Amino acid sequence: MLNIYCPICQRDCDETELSCGGQAHLIRRDHASSDKDFYEYLYERKNGKGIIFERWRHVYGCGKWFHTARCTLTNQVFGSYSAKEVQPPKSILATIRRSRVDFKGWVK
Amino acid sequence: MKRYSLSSIFTEAFRDNLGWEKAWTKRQPKKEYQIIIVGGGGHGLATAYYLAKNFNMTDIAVIEKGWIGGGNTGRNTTIIRSNYLQESSIGIYEKSRFLYETLSQDLNYNIMFSPRGVLMLCQTEHELRAMKRTSHANRINGVDTKMVAPEEVKEIVPIININGPRFPVLGALWQPRGGTARHDAVAWGYARKCSDFGIDIIEQCEVIGVKKKREKIVALETTKGNIKAKKVCFVAAGHSSVLADLAGFRLPIESVALQALVSEPIKPMIDCVVMANTVHGYLSQSDKGELVIGGGADGYNNYSQRGSFHHIEETVRALVETFPVISRLRQLRQWGGIVDMTGDRSPIISKTPVDGLYINCGWGTGGFKAIPGSGWATAEMIYNERPGKLASPFSIDRFSEGRLIDESAAAAVAH
Repeated sequence: MLNIYCPICQRDCDETELSCGGQAHLIRRDHASSDKDFYEYLYERKNGKGIIFERWRHVYGCGKWFHTARCTLTNQVFGSYSAKEVQPPKSILATIRRSRVDFKGWVK
Repeated sequence: MKRYSLSSIFTEAFRDNLGWEKAWTKRQPKKEYQIIIVGGGGHGLATAYYLAKNFNMTDIAVIEKGWIGGGNTGRNTTIIRSNYLQESSIGIYEKSRFLYETLSQDLNYNIMFSPRGVLMLCQTEHELRAMKRTSHANRINGVDTKMVAPEEVKEIVPIININGPRFPVLGALWQPRGGTARHDAVAWGYARKCSDFGIDIIEQCEVIGVKKKREKIVALETTKGNIKAKKVCFVAAGHSSVLADLAGFRLPIESVALQALVSEPIKPMIDCVVMANTVHGYLSQSDKGELVIGGGADGYNNYSQRGSFHHIEETVRALVETFPVISRLRQLRQWGGIVDMTGDRSPIISKTPVDGLYINCGWGTGGFKAIPGSGWATAEMIYNERPGKLASPFSIDRFSEGRLIDESAAAAVAH
């Protein structure tokens, strides 16, 4: 069972309290964008095997969105940060690097 | 290849079974092939088999990261049905179910296809209405299904509790020619026949890179060296995105763990497949006597082949309510597989941005039932270099073109 820290409630939450919202840091597109960009925004996901950055919502708690770094293979969680961040903060990247020497950093 | 027959069993019985051959030959890769299929599960092997059988192509390698049938082919709940809503889905799933009917004879391998009937319960008014619509769609497209009343459900499955309290059974969609088959045997049967056609089956060979020349595929880098190929097809289910990454494009799929479990073996108590979509669980009994139970997929992307614990509880809780008699049974085994979910819950059988590279993925939670049909359609696409009638609705373009094949309501459980 995943145990994820909610930065708003400032406590660890059980997986059953949360709901996953998929890949974080997507660029939101509107009607003026090209078909290709809109397709990417709607459907194309990184879906990698390894470290991912994703959105979570504390549904049965504060109800707020936040971001988390997690490994999709081992389910290790590297920490949470505010959904207002446009890219993963340095502290999270450093935490990941400490346990994954081959981590290449965040890719847009 | 020696044929399996009554006389071969008879002969072997008199010489201590010493004459049986290995079902398929394990090979090392050659330098070059006409076609490489990446993924030695049911879909990959079926693709290779139909390329050989329907198009006489045999310069083919099937390469597999693990072992044959060790992925989702050996991890599903073995259900076969074709009661889908959309015309294009019905086309491919019904083709598949039809091929399953005689697959044991075609492969000379007993896949134990058992058309025992599939019952999809309706436990809310909305579900009842949706299923009625599906049954009409099925009838128009020549799939034999019908709606049955709660009393008939009780007659078909005497152990069921149709009175609720939370979710009384209001009716069900009944497909009498749906059922189950032995999942491992499907992979082994295809592998044996492929090997007989001269197709190389290479296990423990993982793809680690894709070599392209001017956006055309030329070779695959694998853990057993580089292999050149004119055409390559990725058939890797949950790991398709990883392969697509190597080839330099992204797919509209997300990988999640889907779980199943079996109970301890007991005497026969249920002789059909029951799916309860509203409460999230489905049940059948294997020939060994175990109740085979499937449930929901994880709510987040992962490759852990394990699954969240609380999903088991949810599934079992729901089934105990519908089948009170199973409440004392103990769980024997639990496992997970990585399924590749598309936005519209329909598969992708398509060409890719890379010339000479094809893909078959996105079967999500229900790929086993589609193995023969999917292999048939993919083989046709690879040979003709364009998708045929069965495969063409399932191209990747459908997402950007907005012609989704919405089957989220027809999936085994609500996702």
